[in-house]
Amino acid sequence: MLGKDSVKKTLLVSILLCLVCSVLVSGSAVLLKPIQQMNKELDMKTNILAAGGLLEVGISVDELFKKVRPVVVDLLTGEIVTDIDVNKFDQYVSQKDPRFTYVIPRSSDLAGIKIRSKYSKVYLVLDDYGISEIILPVHGKGLWSTMYGFMALDKDTTTVKGFSFYSHGETPGLGGEVDNSSWKKLWQGKKLYDDNWVSSLNVIKGVVDKSNEKAVYQVDGLSGATLTSNGVSNIISYWSSHDGFAKFLEKVRSGGVQL
Amino acid sequence: MSKAKDILLRPVFFENPIGIQVLGVCSALAVTSKLETALVMFGAVTAVTAFSSALISLIRNHIPSNIRIIVQMTIIASLVIVADQILKAYFFSVSKQMSVYVGLIITNCIVLGRAEAFAMKNGPWLSFLDGIGNGLGYGVILVLLGFIRELFGSGKLLGFTILSLANDGGWYQPNGLMLLPPSAFFLIGFFIWALKSWKKELIEKD
Repeated sequence: MLGKDSVKKTLLVSILLCLVCSVLVSGSAVLLKPIQQMNKELDMKTNILAAGGLLEVGISVDELFKKVRPVVVDLLTGEIVTDIDVNKFDQYVSQKDPRFTYVIPRSSDLAGIKIRSKYSKVYLVLDDYGISEIILPVHGKGLWSTMYGFMALDKDTTTVKGFSFYSHGETPGLGGEVDNSSWKKLWQGKKLYDDNWVSSLNVIKGVVDKSNEKAVYQVDGLSGATLTSNGVSNIISYWSSHDGFAKFLEKVRSGGVQL
Repeated sequence: MSKAKDILLRPVFFENPIGIQVLGVCSALAVTSKLETALVMFGAVTAVTAFSSALISLIRNHIPSNIRIIVQMTIIASLVIVADQILKAYFFSVSKQMSVYVGLIITNCIVLGRAEAFAMKNGPWLSFLDGIGNGLGYGVILVLLGFIRELFGSGKLLGFTILSLANDGGWYQPNGLMLLPPSAFFLIGFFIWALKSWKKELIEKD
């Protein structure tokens, strides 16, 4: 019998312990993965519906999501791509795949993300007359982290129906207030583009003066979070530019998007 | 009182980990702004403490004393990861709200404290009960804090409106302080005061 404090026993105990613990940890991770994946998908659907203001109490998310048609869009041409399975496509995974990577030119990289996927998912909300709402996934740098969110636009492609971030790592209580529901409400009814289709919406410092004619293009800044607020403005500027969704939105306006 | 019952119930009031030993306060401030997260945290910490104490006690005669803390931490960390995975699978929305605090159960002094102080000297069954007992002691305070903070901070309990809020047309003006972590500090202070006034023998002598 080995002594409790001998070197051999110490090594034996630590190796055995590590083996048992790693089996336990990896076993639980593998076994529970399918359920976690399902939860994540449901969570993503909930986020999309919430951004579009489509959540209703008492109706299941899957039921409500039937109105939503996800499509994959080629951002360069603004066309809908049909040869990719939309349910399997994830632009945040595929942006690292050489076939899909698009390196954003430095001069137009307003959101500070360096690369993005050539294609992006877009969620179209349909009613009896066609497209009623367009929900765009956007992301970009805040102060500390990359923030991921959804912007919902009306079918006129400029009126904001809702805007929210579902994942970020900003300071709780300051930049983290991008989650704040009363701040998110401020976005409703704002205009993304001006009358000449120039991207104009931004977050200003302080409170919006409602009598100002530009008020419809401005949102109150988050106090104590100037850099996060700037990040939000940059995200909007980038994704509404020609490097972002502008071409697709033009197609929607001209009726060129056939489903 | 039998020994097992004593071990199970003593930590709830006489040796309450938060109230008397003042351990695990960090997470008690962080997760108690809602009753739901407090309850889930209570369950997770109790399970981790009970199982880690039982496992450590089971192999206590084989653990070389110079690496015993690492061995204890490895077991605790593995159990915390398992608990985190289970929460992510079955309590997704709650686990999202609790974010890093589930992982931080590893650093909760109660878990390692019970492993080192109790499980290394006692059998697996008693260590298991000791873990449950300390989890209960921690949970009693957590649930109390969660109850008070959610009720007075947002007028709700477990998400159901109890006091109708003024900005929804009701009469209750919520106390915003209750939603901030410092309020839990004050409440824990009051709780310790109440506990020590009730059980005078708990007051430390200078």
